[in-house]
Amino acid sequence: MCPRTTSLPYQGTPTPAYSTVTETPVITTSGLTKVYRSRGREVTALDGVDLHVREGEVYGVIGQSGAGKSSLIRCVNLLERPTAGTVTVAGQDLTALAGRGPRAGKELRQARSRIGMVFQHFNLLSTRTVQDNVELPLEILGKNGRERSRKALELLDLVGLADQAKAYPAQLSGGQKQRVGIARALAGDPKVLLSDEATSALDPETTRSILQLLRDLNRQLDLTVLLITHEMDVVKSICDSAALMENGRIVESGTVSELLATPGSELAAALFPVGGEATGEDRTVVDVTFQGEAATQPVVSQLSRTYNIDISILGAAIDTVGGLQVGRMRIELPGRYEDNVVPIGFLREQGLQIDVVGESQLVKEGAK
Amino acid sequence: MTWSEMQPLLEQACWDTLYMVGWSTLIAVVGGLPLGVLLVLTDRGGLLQNVVANKVIGQVVNVARSMPFIILMVALMGFTRSITGTTIGREAAIVPLAIGAIPFFARLVETAVREVDGGLVEAVQSMGGNTWTIVRKVLVPESLPSLIASTTTTIVALIGYSAMAGTVGAGGLGDIAIRYGYQRFETQLMWITVAILAVVISLIQFAGDYAARSLHSRGGQSGPAPKLRLLKASTADTKTV
Repeated sequence: MCPRTTSLPYQGTPTPAYSTVTETPVITTSGLTKVYRSRGREVTALDGVDLHVREGEVYGVIGQSGAGKSSLIRCVNLLERPTAGTVTVAGQDLTALAGRGPRAGKELRQARSRIGMVFQHFNLLSTRTVQDNVELPLEILGKNGRERSRKALELLDLVGLADQAKAYPAQLSGGQKQRVGIARALAGDPKVLLSDEATSALDPETTRSILQLLRDLNRQLDLTVLLITHEMDVVKSICDSAALMENGRIVESGTVSELLATPGSELAAALFPVGGEATGEDRTVVDVTFQGEAATQPVVSQLSRTYNIDISILGAAIDTVGGLQVGRMRIELPGRYEDNVVPIGFLREQGLQIDVVGESQLVKEGAK
Repeated sequence: MTWSEMQPLLEQACWDTLYMVGWSTLIAVVGGLPLGVLLVLTDRGGLLQNVVANKVIGQVVNVARSMPFIILMVALMGFTRSITGTTIGREAAIVPLAIGAIPFFARLVETAVREVDGGLVEAVQSMGGNTWTIVRKVLVPESLPSLIASTTTTIVALIGYSAMAGTVGAGGLGDIAIRYGYQRFETQLMWITVAILAVVISLIQFAGDYAARSLHSRGGQSGPAPKLRLLKASTADTKTV
């Protein structure tokens, strides 16, 4: 396996359409609980989190600040000791390696060196050049000077920063710093990359290019990426699977298409916010979610012709999520729900996912 | 006193001061640096959290720092004799100077190391680095500009302390100022000594600031313009002499 010897163009190249996801679990947490105690007060940051990240996928954990995302990702490489539960990465039970006491033993440190991590604020050493920053993990691994500089330059080339090797972090832009952070995280040839809000300190343009880089690395190096974020756009643009965290619990999780196929999924609604209110009392508002094949079928005109009804479109969004073309449309049918059972049945028969708005409040308004 | 009488006196005094301050600074840095780092590491939430050790080290440092130098010098006489074989002269003065400066420098190191961004420590931990790696590759290099500034402050303080070393016959500029200038009413000599001290301290401060700044600005961080604090710093610092 030597995909790293070839340089990877990092911008403007279409991502290969194949997916590297397999069914092998790479990161598994079960019953992960973290309780912080300070001055007699207890704060539960993680409350029995079960996470399953499959090999080769980009898995996004989304939630608001304080939801426990940060604790979760820090528990995966045991920067935080979980209060209870287990963490298994690449078949290795890290919680068993941790031992007692706050200090990391040799085995845990070795395991950590095989898990890359990138940070929101990059965490580059300001007194080292870009190249020396990338060499740092290799120094820790005990590699000799020539090997270190060869590997570091190769990685900088991979992230598109070969010409900045001798620069200091302060001379780089935010996006460039994060590229250095990513190169550094890859130095130990990890199979798993943890990304702690890696794009949250970046502008939208730079965010896109960093996400694209992560996506490319995921494809080219078979790298499994676990990322936490509070930006729905991040999940939308690169994640194969996602989980929604609230109050230390995972409230929804699954592949993007599974989520979209789940009636009333908060994540799905947030990925495709469609607006629009019913124009009158005797109207039925229906959210239609398209995926894959169905996305190209002219269902609206078929419906209109078959039942001879007028359909107004209140809102619509079509996008590509994790390489899947998906869309959501909010349409309005004349008459109450009882009058529209047949047309709605027709839509369901087309393999579309139908959520009737107002009926048991399936689509949560305002979810972002 | 004529200049030809003063000159050899002053020359000798300069060398004595340099000798004492040079050696005691070296020892203070060697001793104070690990002590300061330990103060940070053993603190609550530190990498080697050990509340008892932290309290003990902290108390020892506090007691040593609160002792007036002249008392410390007398109190340490037995210890000084066991090391240098004598309690008078330049070598004998180095022992209390160094011992007095170690806790002083340790506190400054502690402050400097605390300033290092915890994220950097976390980053190295995530790479599998151990505590020693973190100290060597993160805490010390990242706080180096502050550590250099701390060393400058320590040198200036030691020049102040060294004036009192004259009481154990160690010589030095401060000693000349007291014995000749003050006690023998050689006002002219006293002012010359004070002027030399002012220049020496200014030069040290300037060199220290320059070194700290040039390290800090590595990588293009543009801080505020270098402060030319020749006069201000020297008048403030010579008060201790």
